[in-house]
Amino acid sequence: MTTNISFLLNGDEISYEIKDHWTLLHLLREEMGLIGTKEGCGNGECGACTVIVDKLAVNSCLYLAVEAHGKIIETIEGLASTDGTLHPLQQSFVDNGGIQCGFCSPGMIMASKALLDENPDATEDEVKHALAGNICRCTGYVQILESVEAAKENLSGRDQ
Amino acid sequence: MMNELKEKYSVVGKRIPKIDAAQKAMGRAEYIQDIKLTGMLYGKLLYSKYAHARILKIDTSKAKALPGVRIVLTGEDVPEKMVMGFYKDNPPLKKGKVTSFRDEVAAVAAVTPEIAKKALDLIEIEYEELEGVFDPEKAMEKDAVLVNETHKSNVLKLPWKLHYGDVEKAEKESAFVVEDRFTTTWVTHCCLGTSGAIALFDANDNLTVYSNTQIRSLAQKDFLESLKAMGLKNKRVRVITPIIGGGFGSKLDTYAYEHVAILLAYKCHKPVKILFDRVEEFKATSTRQPTITYIKQGCDKNGKLTFRDIRMILDNGGRTSWGATTPSVMMMPITTLYRLDNVRFDAKCVYTNNTYSQAMRGYGNPQATFAIESTMDMLAEKVGIDPLEIRRINQNKSGDESPQGFKITSCGLDKCFDALEKELAQEGPKEKGVGVGIASLIHVGGGARIYKSDGCGVILKMDDFGKVDVFTGGSDMGQGLDNITVQIVAEELGLLAEDINVVHSDTDVCPWDVGAHASRSTFVAGNAALGAARKVKEKILEFGSKFLDASPEELVLKNRTVFVSGNPEKSMPIDKLLRKAHFSPGGTMFMADHFYDPENENLGKDFKGNMSAAYTFGAHGVKVKVDEETGKVQVLEYVAAHDVGQAINPLLLEGQVYGGAIMGLGYALTEEVIVKKGEIMNANFRDYKLFTAKDAVKIKAPILETYEKAGPFGAKGVGEPGCVPTAPAVANAIYDAVGVRITDLPITPEKVLAALKAKKEK
Repeated sequence: MTTNISFLLNGDEISYEIKDHWTLLHLLREEMGLIGTKEGCGNGECGACTVIVDKLAVNSCLYLAVEAHGKIIETIEGLASTDGTLHPLQQSFVDNGGIQCGFCSPGMIMASKALLDENPDATEDEVKHALAGNICRCTGYVQILESVEAAKENLSGRDQ
Repeated sequence: MMNELKEKYSVVGKRIPKIDAAQKAMGRAEYIQDIKLTGMLYGKLLYSKYAHARILKIDTSKAKALPGVRIVLTGEDVPEKMVMGFYKDNPPLKKGKVTSFRDEVAAVAAVTPEIAKKALDLIEIEYEELEGVFDPEKAMEKDAVLVNETHKSNVLKLPWKLHYGDVEKAEKESAFVVEDRFTTTWVTHCCLGTSGAIALFDANDNLTVYSNTQIRSLAQKDFLESLKAMGLKNKRVRVITPIIGGGFGSKLDTYAYEHVAILLAYKCHKPVKILFDRVEEFKATSTRQPTITYIKQGCDKNGKLTFRDIRMILDNGGRTSWGATTPSVMMMPITTLYRLDNVRFDAKCVYTNNTYSQAMRGYGNPQATFAIESTMDMLAEKVGIDPLEIRRINQNKSGDESPQGFKITSCGLDKCFDALEKELAQEGPKEKGVGVGIASLIHVGGGARIYKSDGCGVILKMDDFGKVDVFTGGSDMGQGLDNITVQIVAEELGLLAEDINVVHSDTDVCPWDVGAHASRSTFVAGNAALGAARKVKEKILEFGSKFLDASPEELVLKNRTVFVSGNPEKSMPIDKLLRKAHFSPGGTMFMADHFYDPENENLGKDFKGNMSAAYTFGAHGVKVKVDEETGKVQVLEYVAAHDVGQAINPLLLEGQVYGGAIMGLGYALTEEVIVKKGEIMNANFRDYKLFTAKDAVKIKAPILETYEKAGPFGAKGVGEPGCVPTAPAVANAIYDAVGVRITDLPITPEKVLAALKAKKEK
């Protein structure tokens, strides 16, 4: 069974004929070649595949591609500006040691973005809560939390 | 002196963000998961249905008939001499008998992963289930079921036994003696990027393997041996490592998925990729070595250690990998953590029908340190002195030589203790249920001569534009060797970090290195890069002296410029000088190679020898709150003080310590591969309890600098130490908080409650 779906992906209108059993992760990675979204478990347990769908962070491995129809989807590939400037969250993860092996980083950054888009003044507890579904084995989260905190300051500075 | 050094440096010692971090932050880094080759097939492995069984019959006809399936292999198709592991008891596909649930019995290559998976379901195997043995102490009994039938007993023939001084005499003369039994269980690396490999042959049967291995050069050797076993002699093997999604020791050996991918690719004449899913990552990669430790330690009336006597039993599982060699590293804390004259150690590795172990951050050190540092506190209590006091009395010092022959060139343990004392100072009366615990560590910080060579090669070339390419044998799996290499080379050549490019991914262009293990990369690969940079520097200065009317000794390289010391106007940009050298008649280009092999020694028959060129030290302190109603342990404060020599990059160094400490806290409190009769019951992140961001602990990581003469810019290794003393520090804190000593990891609320109950009933 196939279905035609249309959605907004990182600002671009996309139409795609998909098989009904595909997950959004499969569509992005295997069909569209957007390898930035990672598969760490395929089971919704690690958050490496986090993307933003209509402003909410979701595990794209559990999200059926058909559900994406009509939605606004953001992936890690859409975060940096077209001139290559990193999004403040990306820059902050780079500057503060929030990235080691990097496999969790796209998901971690997308989960952080979903939070800060909604709640720019998120407290540390709110950040921890928002990232609780994103596993990192390298950093012990210390520098990840520092990265989000620093990005918060940069983001609020940018708005003024 | 140290601060003066620091000020002199422009790049070394700076918090330069990880070189590849932007690429990773943008989702552009390519891992094994992301690589697709033209015409690539997908391989899948079928695992045993039993912990211990005979394979009576395998019928692959239905699987072979499935459209899209290219080949199905069983143990019968594996050449006799194709065997993995240093003990050579592990063919990539098993025949005759299976000895654990993770034994690979068949493999498929198909045009899609889905078809390959379907084909596995169609393979019919008839087994005769055998009685299994799952407790290593039972497996040592005379009438125990034999796991490996070519072996007369379940105890492996390995030499892990030493006795220095006279332990029995020292015990008699001791004022205080403590003894106990400590146990540690299986924990696993949980790399976010799962394991995988792609194998392909060219038209001349030369092999290329893409693999996220930590041992590019040794993997090349293993794969060459597989080719030989397949009848392919004098062939080339190229190993390419994509970006690695975490290592922690998990990829220090070659695995069935790599060797089977090679077999499948050869038989199909197509590239074949085998990529683990998360369940396989839990079930079919190797864990940290579980241990049973019987320890006895004694001291005199003042708390000075008199002897240490340790007997260990290691559950080897059904096959053998590096887990069985972890006693060689356990010996280090056993003989050398604190000053000691009389020490005895005996470790037995025992076959069972459980999973088998491998290297994991610390390589046996966390298990040994758990027993040693828990009993140090028990001794302190007997003597009636403070836990910090007994450690200060016995602390190692620069210039010491331990009974095993380890030469301690630099030791900052005293500074680490000072830092703990300051950071964990108690104010006011002791709160109920709150306690503080400390534990120290020693680890190799100057390479470790486990293999015949502990070396690393580097090739360095400069181009016409003042840029440098460094081809290193070392590996970066996220820990940051890239940065260390960049910073060392940039400093030495007076360039900026952005001028240096590091290539560490391909045996066709990178020299030999023994692998990313033993916290050795900064020290060994760093020294190799430094050696190559020095050779190039010499050439630049010599050439520059012709143009600047000064001797090479008077010239300085800094800010991309060569200039005369004390007369900076007499200068030339380095790139201009490079072009002059290149484009003059009889031109030359600046390049060099360097192979650095540290001055350390293989352990002798008596296990004596200076294994590492330097040793690294640290002490952790933790404050916990124990809920006596639920048994739950909450970590309130954590201090991880490390003597690292000099920090080449404090930002990355702190990252290693934080990551190590949280991994250690998981080891102490939550992590456990639950195994029932050989079967892993929690192969997912819901039931294997890692710390999450919600559990994140604020860690203070004071860097206590000494200067290690043999290290590059004074540095020692620090990759593993962060997770070594965590578990005993937590156990000691729990004892301080509520008076129960937990000797079995992880320290779950159930164990704490049971111990509290037992204490009340006493």
